[in-house]
Amino acid sequence: MSDTSVRILPPVTALTEPYWTGCRKRELRLQQCDACGKYQFYPRILCSHCGHDSLSWRRVSGRGRIASFTVVRRPMTDAYPAPTMIALVDLDEGPRMMSSVVDAEPDSLHIGQAVRVDFAAWSEEISMPVFRIATEEASP
Amino acid sequence: MDNSLRGKLAIVGAFDTNVGVVPGKTPTELCVAAALGAMADAGIDRSQVDGLITCNAFAEPILYHAEAVAEYLQIFPRYCFSVNTGGGTTFTVLHHAASAIATGMADVIVISMADSLRSSMTRDQARRVQSSTGHPQFEQPYGLTVPAYYALIAQAHMAEYGTTQEQFAEVAVSCRAHAARNPSAQKQELISVDDVLASPLVADPLHVLDCSLVSDGGSAVVVTSMERAKDFAQAPVYLLGVGEGHSHEHISQASSLTTSAALDSGRLAYEMAGLGPADMDFAQLYDCFTPTVLVELEDLGFCAKGEGGAFLETGATRPGGSLPVNTHGGMLSHCHPGNPGAMFALTESVWQLRGQAGERQLPGAEVGLVHGQGGIMSSHTSIILGREAA
Repeated sequence: MSDTSVRILPPVTALTEPYWTGCRKRELRLQQCDACGKYQFYPRILCSHCGHDSLSWRRVSGRGRIASFTVVRRPMTDAYPAPTMIALVDLDEGPRMMSSVVDAEPDSLHIGQAVRVDFAAWSEEISMPVFRIATEEASP
Repeated sequence: MDNSLRGKLAIVGAFDTNVGVVPGKTPTELCVAAALGAMADAGIDRSQVDGLITCNAFAEPILYHAEAVAEYLQIFPRYCFSVNTGGGTTFTVLHHAASAIATGMADVIVISMADSLRSSMTRDQARRVQSSTGHPQFEQPYGLTVPAYYALIAQAHMAEYGTTQEQFAEVAVSCRAHAARNPSAQKQELISVDDVLASPLVADPLHVLDCSLVSDGGSAVVVTSMERAKDFAQAPVYLLGVGEGHSHEHISQASSLTTSAALDSGRLAYEMAGLGPADMDFAQLYDCFTPTVLVELEDLGFCAKGEGGAFLETGATRPGGSLPVNTHGGMLSHCHPGNPGAMFALTESVWQLRGQAGERQLPGAEVGLVHGQGGIMSSHTSIILGREAA
């Protein structure tokens, strides 16, 4: 059985390596389709919008809004703090991603709230993108 | 040629093992016991079975699961497979079994499923394997438990439609009221909305009593063709409609958090059956968490979108209500051994339609809907069962 005393680290692949390298450099990077111009998340070998197979990595704003959230009171294992604030974030560039919210009051979270990316170093290899409540409103 | 599966599959045997806390039994033993029980109920022996479908067990994963169960039973099927997905599994394989019966791949199929999450795994292990439904790189590392994934749906529904925690809680209260009439149920003590809200928060807005149980148990059915159905010991129960809908696997990829592919599975099942929501005498709706049932009530057409909360408040889903839901108590109160969880809704439906449901028997039940879903509102199958084939 898996070790429950450590957090789950993402298994990086050759395709997703630019994403995680970006996180180490405190940059949020998404794939943008060279054909239709749309962004996607998670990384894929095809554009999930138009099916084209030519995609380029772009640094994005890191701004978004909370699409939904929860506060995990009973964590999966001891490796995760309780409470942990989880959010689905709609990025300004379009895609939705799962993440956590840090440095906020659990009871203050709400859908539609503007957030901004930050990075939490979990290991030498892995920095996890997390979100903070944006102090100024994100661009519309 | 008539390609519809309507009326082409009959359930002729059904059996549940003891459920709840069943120590000292491996998942394989529970699976075999369930299969034997269903065959006995159908009045057949092992030599008459030529198809076997099982699901894998978290507490005892086996690479060739169905083959191992066939070997254990010493049956030698010509149609044999196991599935490895979550709760929607049960109903999806009934769809496959119907197709196999209709095309002559098998004549008599046993579907048997069991696991032992409660007695054969630690709490941490059970939590970890269940939450592996999340994306390994882009969801799981954040530490979401399964309730947390479903809580995201609940919060979105509350924000979009004004649904309340009290309305979610009514699902748990209603299931418990049914379970109180079922001597097999793991939890039978009545609870109130206040009890649900007073139970500890697990992942906001879900409390402990908004979450299904962690159980041991096995359940099985025997299915065959309409033509052969009368040859068995019990009154057959017929498949009238079936449909599937698959919209995503990871909740972060869902096109909607509040409307699910139950909309598609339900529409296909109703079309095949030539029936609608108002024709159903009961509905067994997959209830891993209370909000799941509320969304299913809406997407399967039992009330308008966004009105699931108000519908529940009327008490319609309780015993004696206009649409009894989860008449065995559901996974919230009867049992939830993981992958096999929805099987018990199927066996319960068979007993209701045969008139064998004891104290909880619905008078004159002729047609009912059973809905399973797996992942995080990802993979849906709706099945309509009836007492008459035509």
